[in-house]
Amino acid sequence: MTSPDTAYEELVSGPIPWVGRTRRWKRYLPERIIKAVLFFCSIVSIFTTVGIVSVLIFEAALFFQEVSIVEFLTNTKWTPLFASKNFGILPLVTGTILTSMGAMFVALPLGLMSAIYLSEYAPDTARQIVKPVLEILAGIPTVVYGYFALLFVTPILRSISDDISVFNGLSASIVMGIMILPMVSSLSEDAMRSVPRSLREGAYALGATRLEVSTRVVIPAALSGIVAAFILATSRAIGETMIVTIAAGQNPTFTFNPFVPIETMTAYIVQVSLGDTPTGTLEFKTIFAVGLSLFVITLSMNLLSQFIVRRFREVYE
Amino acid sequence: MAENCPIIETRELNVCYGPVCVIDQVNMGVEPNRITAIIGPSGSGKSTLLRCFNRMNDLIPSFHMSGSVLFAGEDLYDDSVDPTEIRYQIGMVFQRPNPFPKSIFDNVAFGPRVNGFRGDLAALVEQSIRRAALWDEVKDRLKDSALSLSGGQQQRLCIARALAVQPRVILMDEPCSALDPISTQAIEELMRELSNEYSIVIVTHNMQQAARVSDYTAFLNPREDKISELIEFDQTRQIFTNPKDERTEAYITGRFG
Repeated sequence: MTSPDTAYEELVSGPIPWVGRTRRWKRYLPERIIKAVLFFCSIVSIFTTVGIVSVLIFEAALFFQEVSIVEFLTNTKWTPLFASKNFGILPLVTGTILTSMGAMFVALPLGLMSAIYLSEYAPDTARQIVKPVLEILAGIPTVVYGYFALLFVTPILRSISDDISVFNGLSASIVMGIMILPMVSSLSEDAMRSVPRSLREGAYALGATRLEVSTRVVIPAALSGIVAAFILATSRAIGETMIVTIAAGQNPTFTFNPFVPIETMTAYIVQVSLGDTPTGTLEFKTIFAVGLSLFVITLSMNLLSQFIVRRFREVYE
Repeated sequence: MAENCPIIETRELNVCYGPVCVIDQVNMGVEPNRITAIIGPSGSGKSTLLRCFNRMNDLIPSFHMSGSVLFAGEDLYDDSVDPTEIRYQIGMVFQRPNPFPKSIFDNVAFGPRVNGFRGDLAALVEQSIRRAALWDEVKDRLKDSALSLSGGQQQRLCIARALAVQPRVILMDEPCSALDPISTQAIEELMRELSNEYSIVIVTHNMQQAARVSDYTAFLNPREDKISELIEFDQTRQIFTNPKDERTEAYITGRFG
């Protein structure tokens, strides 16, 4: 008679009855292939990023062998294509800041308010109409926006004031604001709608009005998502090319005046790429220096947004 | 007359969400400074009935009703009544503690602030937290997030938050169902204490709780057509010792279905 102990020993040390052993590789091999394919797909974007950044840095380094970084960052004239060359990026930076800040002035209030409307006020039927229409805005090609700015918005602005040039930062800012509006409103609305219903009910039960519920409970709780939407939209505005190239002009001017022609960093890169500047010359290398600067700016915006999101959100549950 | 006049009274109340009706022909009165319990099986419209008392159902687009709800003799659903005004006077505590993701102080101060309270806010907050029997536990950390509190403390904070707007009635929708027995006991003791000053209506799944804390009990039960009606409404003692309706007796003794 076997004791319970030895019966147990036999049970755990005996051969494992591997019913499906012969079929095992048939399932295992595809699994490995799939894993490899998926890994490759995810690595493509990393390689691309690394490639782009290293080209930017390499070419920009060649540029900075001929032009000092101090001059690049402090000179207020940008005339690399003229006989008397100046390599101060500040006019391009002010052009970029002017247009993207202007765009945010348009997109932030409008986007946030439409997000509040869609998330807190709109009946379902209104939301089902307004949201897709807003998202159509995001699907319009930017070149169309550019000509919309130049041929529609600018004439209106010029009819209001004679001080406004044909090419100006204001018109480009307004239209760029409209372009990024769906991004701001859609992402903010998503963040607001994901605030739990119980928090809204708690506030309503204390006699809060819809506006008070929106501004004192929902927006603070959704703040991280809203800030992320704003910063993502700002990055988009900084990197936007077509609208500013068409409507804002190609005059690098160190100014924050929205009525005169300016040039943004992106528009300058287009100008050189399309022009007859020979490859390999110092003039041509400027676009890599400008591109690198642009990359540094948008990267720091993204890092800033991550920091803000972590720092200021009101965590619910 | 004012003595025995119910603070909240429903007449022929009938509530539907879209085509689906939930409760029908409910006639009941909530006595001032008493605890009224609403019991009944899941889905019998207890919460729906409770939410008629402070017009929380207004937030649901498909909600519609007939009949009337009177608050201190006035029709709650009259066109001239502003639902937000009503909710200052009729507070509510929810099933799951739902403090705002703000500090303990700001949670309690929220109601007074939105209602334009002018006066000593700090004193009001302290008084409200004291009444909710939470002061000793939180007095040194009013600036901490309300979410750092335990579930039972959060629920008492929600009660403090409701008290801070100085309501006349407090509605409680299964306030203990997400809490452990010790926290439940604390809340029940608190309710007994608060009933000296406030009229309380509590929805509960727990019949022992209804029997322990309430003065009056209403029993809702779905009919054949799934629409619930008020089977019996009486003093709690009467309901639990000598129910008039056999369905009530079946429910409270656990012989159900």
